Amino acid sequence: MSRNENLLEVDGLRTVFDTSEGVVRAVDGVDVTVRRGECLGVVGESGSGKSVTFSSVMGLVRSPGRIESGAIRFEGQDLTRLSTREMRAIRGRDISMTMQDALTALNPALTVGEQLSEMLDAHDDDLPARGAARRRAIRDRSVEMLRLVGIPSPESRLGQYPHEFSGGMRQRIMIAIALAPGPKLLIADEPTTALDVTIQAQVLELISDIRARLGMSVVLITHDLGVVAEHCDRVMVMYAGQVVEEGSTVDVISNPQHPYTRGLLGSIPRLSLRGKPIRPIQGQVPNLVGLPPQCRFYSRCPERTDACLQSVEMRSVGPDRRARCIALTQEEVA
Amino acid sequence: MSLGKLAERLLHLVPVLLGVSVIVFLMMALTPGDPVDIMIGDQNVTPQQEQAMREDLGLDLPVHRQFFVFLGNAVQGDFGTSFYHRRPVLDVIVERLPATIELSLVALIIALVTAIPLGVLAAIRRNSILDKMATVGSLLGVSLPGFWFGILLLMLFAVHLQLLPVSGRIGFDSEIEPITHFLLIDTLLRGRPDAFWDALKHILLPAITLGLPMTAILMRVTRTSMLEVMRQDYIVFAEAKGLKRGRILFRHALKNALIPTVSVAAIETGSLLGGNMIVETVFGWPGLGRLVVESVFLRNYPLVQAAVLFYAVTYVLLNFIADILYTTLNPRVKL
Ligand SMILES: Nc1ncnc2c1ncn2[C@@H]1O[C@H](COP(=O)(O)OP(=O)(O)O)[C@@H](O)[C@H]1O
Ligand code: SF4
Ligand SMILES: [Mg+2]
Repeated sequence: MSRNENLLEVDGLRTVFDTSEGVVRAVDGVDVTVRRGECLGVVGESGSGKSVTFSSVMGLVRSPGRIESGAIRFEGQDLTRLSTREMRAIRGRDISMTMQDALTALNPALTVGEQLSEMLDAHDDDLPARGAARRRAIRDRSVEMLRLVGIPSPESRLGQYPHEFSGGMRQRIMIAIALAPGPKLLIADEPTTALDVTIQAQVLELISDIRARLGMSVVLITHDLGVVAEHCDRVMVMYAGQVVEEGSTVDVISNPQHPYTRGLLGSIPRLSLRGKPIRPIQGQVPNLVGLPPQCRFYSRCPERTDACLQSVEMRSVGPDRRARCIALTQEEVA
Repeated sequence: MSLGKLAERLLHLVPVLLGVSVIVFLMMALTPGDPVDIMIGDQNVTPQQEQAMREDLGLDLPVHRQFFVFLGNAVQGDFGTSFYHRRPVLDVIVERLPATIELSLVALIIALVTAIPLGVLAAIRRNSILDKMATVGSLLGVSLPGFWFGILLLMLFAVHLQLLPVSGRIGFDSEIEPITHFLLIDTLLRGRPDAFWDALKHILLPAITLGLPMTAILMRVTRTSMLEVMRQDYIVFAEAKGLKRGRILFRHALKNALIPTVSVAAIETGSLLGGNMIVETVFGWPGLGRLVVESVFLRNYPLVQAAVLFYAVTYVLLNFIADILYTTLNPRVKL
């Protein structure tokens, strides 16, 4: 795999939260690779560290959280070494993000037009430098973006506030904002969890559609494996702050290696993968404070043995395929 | 915002005013001291003359009759004659009003321009020395008695340092022909910057004293709501958009954080009215507040009654304004 095919490479990311109960290891040694133009699905139960991983990539982890170690390379540049100002120029312009609930992510006191145009104003270099020409160009681009995401009569809606739109429309508006500067990577954090089923499908179609048209990469965070099956090239399964399995979507779904992935798949009716949030396996995600150095899935794993009471590393289990389970036969190290 | 709503509010005013009138009447009836005795003082007056005075002022009637006479007149816009000034109460009040409004507005402006930046700063530098100082300062601000703080300022700036005048609204040499009756405006309209400066020096200490509790409250409100707003998803999203920090703070955060601040400011302006009585007395400010205090001592019942009604109307209107501001600033709420 040639190196510059990878848009984003995260190595050994550890993000922790200092709390009164102790250090919460929310992201504990996570590696991520996102290739140019691909859609990477990220799945796992709530609390497995999906959002914190990608907030770290965006440089948005706030106190009491901090990135303890790890490298985050975007187009070869380590983002953890950038100044606040340099990072600000990358956010929005190169890497954009949408949040789970557009109702809370859009500012209730500002018009949709303002929230869209400020994004263009901050990042779009193709606009006229200043003055009325710039304002007109921003307005035109805003209308164009709203049209792209399927908002009817966009000109008349720029002056409206988020609460004047339906849930699905708000989600589209947030996507329009995120995509306005033409980013290379879109991180869509649970873009459909807050929506009802018919609208979910439309919004996902929209994201896939635009990805194909603009040729950007997408990280689709979800806890619905059905969504991944339909929209993603590759998938990364997370559990308790770690990646437990990774590979092409087809491989992972047809031949899951990790007991947790099997559990996730087993919880979904075979024919219609699309469904409710997964709550597959008995038990709960362990407390992330002071975890013992053993397989994190141990307490819930139907296949556990005493051999699992040691720390378990990611292993390669096939071409482009990795999993974190001691029971797997390790592929020859290349 | 509809006319219907306004009419509804005005209708609410009727029972409020009636209740306030009854209470003031009762309080004046129950307080010892008699206006005629006070007016007579140690002059020699025959019982007949005294009786005539009482009849003249309507004080010979039983209290409940007095009340209904007052009510009957008040409904027609006649609030009686000031015992002391021997002029219609309304005229006397209107005459004193500009001084009080001017003082209150300056106090309000001082409170807003200090409280909002301090509150924002305390929030974004949370737990810093500045935040802690602001916390202690605002605690003192709400709990210090106004007259005590005013006298302290007086002693320091007027008596000790002699930087500012001790009392009054404007110096004798700076008297000008009024236009709006707001001296800070009139002095400028008349092209007298020296007189403006003089009026400003006079208003500074009383306005600071009057505005202090409000500054403290507004600072706390701004700090709290700013902290609350900064935790919201839309601030995280604004950061994810790569916007500049100034834009996030002052456009995205402050626009939301100011909604409670502005509403509280409008409501608290009502409490400036009470503060006016103390501050105007301490600083010899020729406004309505001092007039009311003097009138209470002179048992000048009609004036006290009318002034209290005026305060009640103002208070209700300010609450109404607070609601309007809240709606205008908050696009989600429709009145
Ligand atoms: N502000 C915070 N303070 C303390 N712990 C946090 C904070 N944010 C996240 N965490 C921890 O990180 C874990 C992972 O959270 P998150 O990445 O949001 O999970 P996911 O997106 O997979 O549902 C949570 O279970 C929680 O323990
Ligand atoms: S290492 Fe053991 S406990 Fe962990 S997933 Fe594999 S079999 Fe289960
Ligand atoms: Mg999440």
